[in-house]
Amino acid sequence: MPDGACPDRAPAAALPPSRPNDEAIEAAVRAVLGSLEGDLTTKEAALLAELEALGRTVKRVKAEIAALGVEDITASHIPSATDELDAVVEHTAGATNEILDCCETLERLEPQLGAEGQAALRGAITRIYEACSFQDITGQRIAKVVAALKAIESRVAAVVSAARGAAAARAHPVARVCEAAAEGARPAPTDGQALAQGPQLPGAGVSQDEIDRLLASFD
Amino acid sequence: MDKSINVLIVDDYRTMLRIIRNLLKQLEFENVEEATDGQEALAKLRAGNFGLVISDWNMQPMTGLDLLKEVRADARLKATPFIMVTAESKTENVIAAKQAGVSNYIVKPFNAETLREKIEKVLANA
Repeated sequence: MPDGACPDRAPAAALPPSRPNDEAIEAAVRAVLGSLEGDLTTKEAALLAELEALGRTVKRVKAEIAALGVEDITASHIPSATDELDAVVEHTAGATNEILDCCETLERLEPQLGAEGQAALRGAITRIYEACSFQDITGQRIAKVVAALKAIESRVAAVVSAARGAAAARAHPVARVCEAAAEGARPAPTDGQALAQGPQLPGAGVSQDEIDRLLASFD
Repeated sequence: MDKSINVLIVDDYRTMLRIIRNLLKQLEFENVEEATDGQEALAKLRAGNFGLVISDWNMQPMTGLDLLKEVRADARLKATPFIMVTAESKTENVIAAKQAGVSNYIVKPFNAETLREKIEKVLANA
């Protein structure tokens, strides 16, 4: 492999240590503290005690994070949640299409009614069409939730990976080059993609009246 | 208002295409074609003769805004009336669409009356 080439997956064992291991640091700090204790003031001793306690807390938290069942989150919980949400979209789309089938059947019956009946039926069908657009909006909202779940999945995996000591591997120059190359390979978003945010929560976006006024202000 | 024009509706949700098509039918627009993203729409626009485009914004790979820019940059298509019908309801989206040359902008969910009113206005100014 030429220098600088990105392997598909950098072998962790081949990576040079980019920093001393945690045990070595801890041993060195303890040795220094042990040599200092006799000359410390009360305030300095208290500060060192706090630092030691903080070190123990950090070590315990790292162990707890490392022991988290992240495999469950990435292999089961989040895929399962996104599958359920996909099923919601699929079922609502199916139901919406059934409703639209019924509306189209009713529309074909319109000529059999008198003028008043036709107008009433047309009005009701129009309202059903308007209401059925919920499927588009809910589909877009669910897509936003799925994207958020995937972002959480990736952040959790990154935190746990760092707690397990994989940070050293990520600091390896070849790994960094590969990440940068992958980032660079993605095309920059177009204006339309950058501005696409999906439906806003009620009250967060502008209303049709406000849009009309905004457009009129350009004339 | 000439209701014999060809109308292209663009949306990645099939049910939304069907709803808009049915609402257009109620408004007596019978010549309606569909596309599910900007690229497919652009190919149809370049191959056909359309008097109105009604497009969603949030589609992949080509969004409605990017389609609008392509339409306005095309010498043959640039005068085609273009209505954005979208859930994107931030002021910055409306301004970006207006600056790109949108003819009108409808926020989802919308009602049939709003669609009729905007189509009439846009075609009257065409």
